[in-house]
Amino acid sequence: MTTLEVRHLTKDYRSHRGHGAALRAVDDFSVRVTAGETVALVGESGSGKSTVAKMAVRLVTPTAGEVLLDGVAPARGGRADKRYRSRVQMVFQDPFSSLNPSLPIAYQLARPLRIHGVVRSAAEEERELLRLMEAVNLSPAKEVLRKYPHELSGGQRQRVAIARALAPRPEVLIADEPVSMLDVSIRLEILQLLDDLKRENDLAVLYITHDLATARHFSSRIVVMRRGRVVERGRSDDVILTPVHPYTQLLVRAAPDPASGPFAVDLQRYERHPEVTLGALDPDLDTWPEDAHWARDWRDDDADRSLVEELTGLAAASR
Amino acid sequence: MLGRRGSWKLRVGLTICAVFAVVAVLAPFLVHHPNRSGPDGLQPPSLHHLFGTTDIGQDVFKQVLAGTTGSVTIGVVAGALTVALSMLFGVGGAFLGGLWDDAGSLLSNVFLVLPGLPLLIIVTDYVDSRSVLVIALVIAIVSWAGAARVLRSQTLSVRSRDYVDAARVAGESRWRLMLREILPNLMPIIASQFVFGALGAILAEAGLSFLGLGAANGASWGSILFFAQNAQAITLGAWWWFVPPGLCIAILGAALGLINFSIDERINPRLRAAAQAPRRGGKR
Amino acid sequence: MSAPLLSIDDLTVEYRTARPVRAVDHVSIEIAPGEIFGLAGESGCGKSTLAYAVTRLLQPPAEIVGGAIRWTPDGADPLDVLGLDGRELRAFRWSEISMVFQGAMNALNPVHTVRSQIEDVFVDHRSGLSRTERRARAEELLATVGIDPRHLTSYPHELSGGMRQRVMIAIALALRPRLIVMDEPTTALDVVVQRTILDEIDRLRSELGFAVLFITHDLGLLLEISDRVGIMLSGRLVEQGSSRQIQDAPRHDYTQHLLRSFPSLRGDMPATGTRYVDREPERRPS
Repeated sequence: MTTLEVRHLTKDYRSHRGHGAALRAVDDFSVRVTAGETVALVGESGSGKSTVAKMAVRLVTPTAGEVLLDGVAPARGGRADKRYRSRVQMVFQDPFSSLNPSLPIAYQLARPLRIHGVVRSAAEEERELLRLMEAVNLSPAKEVLRKYPHELSGGQRQRVAIARALAPRPEVLIADEPVSMLDVSIRLEILQLLDDLKRENDLAVLYITHDLATARHFSSRIVVMRRGRVVERGRSDDVILTPVHPYTQLLVRAAPDPASGPFAVDLQRYERHPEVTLGALDPDLDTWPEDAHWARDWRDDDADRSLVEELTGLAAASR
Repeated sequence: MLGRRGSWKLRVGLTICAVFAVVAVLAPFLVHHPNRSGPDGLQPPSLHHLFGTTDIGQDVFKQVLAGTTGSVTIGVVAGALTVALSMLFGVGGAFLGGLWDDAGSLLSNVFLVLPGLPLLIIVTDYVDSRSVLVIALVIAIVSWAGAARVLRSQTLSVRSRDYVDAARVAGESRWRLMLREILPNLMPIIASQFVFGALGAILAEAGLSFLGLGAANGASWGSILFFAQNAQAITLGAWWWFVPPGLCIAILGAALGLINFSIDERINPRLRAAAQAPRRGGKR
Repeated sequence: MSAPLLSIDDLTVEYRTARPVRAVDHVSIEIAPGEIFGLAGESGCGKSTLAYAVTRLLQPPAEIVGGAIRWTPDGADPLDVLGLDGRELRAFRWSEISMVFQGAMNALNPVHTVRSQIEDVFVDHRSGLSRTERRARAEELLATVGIDPRHLTSYPHELSGGMRQRVMIAIALALRPRLIVMDEPTTALDVVVQRTILDEIDRLRSELGFAVLFITHDLGLLLEISDRVGIMLSGRLVEQGSSRQIQDAPRHDYTQHLLRSFPSLRGDMPATGTRYVDREPERRPS
């Protein structure tokens, strides 16, 4: 049972020429994911969601803030990073580029097993490799293990990538757009696989995506990000069915949903939903009830003005 | 693996290089005293003297064979040193990043703007013992910087690929990342830089020798040209004196160039993308 | 349905490679004037090949090996599209059918202004227009797609991806074609931008009355914007019908599977699917 806690994570990128103003990719981002739960982090390109993923697996060093496992901040540095990564793993977006084209599948899966001491002998390794292949439903296992990435389909590759992430027997899994590069007809299959694996292994999963529909259906809570900041958070159904922040409304309206009626944009929705808290500051994880619905107060925020105007236009047009 | 267009160039290039390499290795055992003079000066090619003789009766064929050893050695040694230096400062800097990268870039940029040939002339003039190895070393020092820049940018590009990140997340150590994930992807470029360095060195040495700044004992194609020039072989019509070493330089240069072309064809991103496109199944 | 504007009849396209592949397999589609026909399918199903065939942009080794494409504007005599060549083809393309392809926004030339790239269409196809007329038309076009005409003097890199895609649509609209072929025109864009562009296309369609052949892998989106929808699988058109009909009563297994692959955002939890296996024999030209 492991809880991932991301607290006040901030990342500034210095502009390329050095002295210019820093670009704040992630601004005071906090989230808690408990074991056996999926939390979706939703946002469009440039919202900072991938930077959050990379900070969570220590590919990027945060400018400020910390990542805690069970309330403890793990040490940093070579050895400690390795230990950390035996607990926190990641599935990358593009299975076409996240597997080394020049190494066979067996090698790429066996490495994490050996690095993290999961197996001690060749026989154990063989057994564990077959177990991993079975866990991600790849068969015939022995044959696939012998292959190179280019001999596999996109879906098969992503299964291999998931198996690699599972190899160190992690407690936390960061899935960064794990299906956006795959053909639509196999996306749900892969997400279902991740969901099953979460249940079987009691994983805490942070599911990063731009797709609201799968975010709603595969996670218990949704955090919506825009320009590095959280604009809305709450239980999945609450956020999708009663979106309050203008940006969330824009996202919900934009997502194709032919099976439902048209979505009504409503800037005053919060007035009819007193259970939604509007706030200028991100809620504090220690005191904040996890399931509560929160939205960033946009009413006095100059940065959101154009957004509000766009939405007002849409609301008027649909009336 | 190579496209049909690439492979003939590679095959021809490698064959020619192999012939020269064999000659270079065997020449010291076959030819003794290549510079010994004889009674028959300025003889045109004959069965006795395949490439004719010089003004003081030296056998040009023997000189060319011996010169092959010198020229090829300089090419190989200078090429290897160029690669070693450029990997140290280019690949090493890009891989370690931060200050290392800044230092490596600075150094290679400084060497890049140094005027090569004049520096070469000054340094070779200054060095006391002008052996083949010293010449190769000097050539490598003035010419590694370009290769370092190429390798640095390629390393940066490979380092940012997803599978390198994925290997880091899997827990691979730095060394393992370097040797197993990054270096194999640099091999074609490293090979191409070696070939390029060797080609440049052979031409540079020929130039130096021609100017009389070559290896002291004069065992290279360039030095044959130097003596031919000094003895006014052209005005004397002794074409057999300067054509063979000149042709050797041209042929070996062309062979190395062919190898480089075929490597280029393989690593050129556009050609590579075209080769991969069908596998990736069109658009995503 | 009124008389079709474009009728694709039994079209077959093969890639004449070492192992020939039939990319489009006996496909028949009719598109009426002013209609949006959506074509859905996954990568490699042949939908883009079909788009290229309709616009006569296929390059070897792709080859049309059978079928016909007829063009019938306003009750005029049918035109055999596959029989066009040279000047006729150039006049037909862009004046009658234009296209917006995937990633088209990256097809703008970075060293020319938006204005000169729009005007180029008139230079090529309407050489009678004067310089002032061309300018006025370019300005008007940009306004049509909802971009401030002051961006006429902008260079492509100064515009966002969505704006560049709008410019491409403006260029496609330049000669008032009767049909625009759009192949994944919004796939590379964020969902909010995608929505505004789709709204724009719909508005322009009702104002200008052109028909659209809209191609994408995103069936959910297609069902929302199209009048009729066709589903392609392995080169074959397995089903076509009105959006309503495909949505409510899909007949083919594959259509049902695809529909399940798009969980409804605000509806109920989807029945998660298993892999769809195409049981029909592998396509080999006989």
